[in-house]
Amino acid sequence: MSAVIAIPGRRTRVLRPGIGVMQGIVVGYLSLLVLIPLAAVLVHATGSGFGGFLTAVTEPDAVAALELTAACSLIVAAINAVTGTLVAWVLVRDSFPGKAVVNSIIDLPFALPTIVAGLTLLELYGPDSPFHINLAFTRAGIVAALLFVTLPFVVRSVQPVLMEADRDVEEAAASLGASSWQTFRRIVLPAILPAILSGSGLSFARAMGEFGSVVLISGNIPYLTELASVHIYGQVESNDLVGAASLSIILLLASLVILTLVATFEHRLLRHGD
Amino acid sequence: MVTKLTLRFLVLGYLGLLILIPTTAIVWRSLNSGLGAAWASITTPDTLHAVWLTVIVVLIAVPLNAIFGVLCALLLVRHDFPGRAALSALIDLPLSVSPVVVGLALVLAYGQIGWFGSWLQGHGVQIIFALPGIVLATMFVSLPYVAREVVPVLEEIGTDQEQAAHTLGASSFQTFRRVTLPAIQSGLSYGIVLATARSLGEFGAVSVVSGRLVGQTETLTLVVQDRFQNFDLTGAYTAAVVLALMAVATLLAMNALTPKERT
Repeated sequence: MSAVIAIPGRRTRVLRPGIGVMQGIVVGYLSLLVLIPLAAVLVHATGSGFGGFLTAVTEPDAVAALELTAACSLIVAAINAVTGTLVAWVLVRDSFPGKAVVNSIIDLPFALPTIVAGLTLLELYGPDSPFHINLAFTRAGIVAALLFVTLPFVVRSVQPVLMEADRDVEEAAASLGASSWQTFRRIVLPAILPAILSGSGLSFARAMGEFGSVVLISGNIPYLTELASVHIYGQVESNDLVGAASLSIILLLASLVILTLVATFEHRLLRHGD
Repeated sequence: MVTKLTLRFLVLGYLGLLILIPTTAIVWRSLNSGLGAAWASITTPDTLHAVWLTVIVVLIAVPLNAIFGVLCALLLVRHDFPGRAALSALIDLPLSVSPVVVGLALVLAYGQIGWFGSWLQGHGVQIIFALPGIVLATMFVSLPYVAREVVPVLEEIGTDQEQAAHTLGASSFQTFRRVTLPAIQSGLSYGIVLATARSLGEFGAVSVVSGRLVGQTETLTLVVQDRFQNFDLTGAYTAAVVLALMAVATLLAMNALTPKERT
């Protein structure tokens, strides 16, 4: 899922009659669908002055929700960096019967509706758990749900890099007496690190805004298991639109920062590949 | 070799616990109270309406996004214009906006208290708490997929063939239809499959803009939550299984259409 776009040398400057119309349609579509609504959030959040915005985002329950969201997302991004790399490694370097099936299962969290994922996890790791593991209404339950929905990000960003990695260098290192851990740390890890960071960045961004998969299992107890998105949803329901818009701005800012970071990693990944 | 085996079982165990077991469990659970009960709950008028609504929304949102995605990819790859970098960054934005924020944004723009609220009301158009709102929310969240898949393909195929067609006297539209479209077909279909999966399963944004009126603006994902909260577990699980089956179908289509570099 790389968003590589600029290859300046190859772009042609053939101006065809349609370009003005195309630009108009694309910009109009994006504006009506994305830009104007997001601008409305910004204006609504600061409409009653910057003070109103500050008051809304420093309410104790809002702060608690934001802190919990950021903490859970960080944990999830960190776990994904490790497990995602392991999964990618096994899928690329190992071979066993049924590998193709396992490889396609990785995409399941992207395909499965989030509310179904939430219901499923509650069924399995909730009060009626067949394994007697009850994570319902706990922070561990939130982390489990977030791990489920963000699983593919690191796997799918590390996998192609690992596939293209030069095995010769690793073999050379091994024949020179490097242990497999040393080979991994000194040879493989530097090559796949940008991909790992970009994948965990994307899973962090996804976790920050996640709603459907956590709304059932978290129980939404204020100060304890209520995430930012669920808090915003509650504010919309109770018609506190300024509060909802203000908290949304914080989430939007967070995703902008992360997207910029991810773009930097992807850029570095590109240069590495050249 | 011991490490290799350990790693393999570690990874398979993690995937099993996190993904495979939960997904199988839900199918088993929905059939727990019998096939008849599951069938009865899926054929209630409200659920059938939700299935129909979900399909309608996907049928409007996905084709519009596909057209937009191709236009956008063509603009980004084949043309240079001021704001190109900004457009390229903007396309990815919907992927990392919380669904709830998407819903709120649409309410604040097109709802009764929103910017265009009174104008729309004056012209007798209702967007929020009605079908157009659900479609807009779905379009927002599934916007980037087609463009993201088509852009790399367009970059790879270059412009030689298009220029050849052009020199031979083909019009822009003919060149697009006969040369470009067949070349980007694999990326385009893959993007459409991803957008369809996302559209079928959207919950948060639709939940905010739809008003969740049972039998009117309730999509299938909303039915799952509604049934669950009303302690109708069979109903919730059955609706979830229908959605899960759609997801598996999407996954199969994804596998069939996977771009070469990923296999």
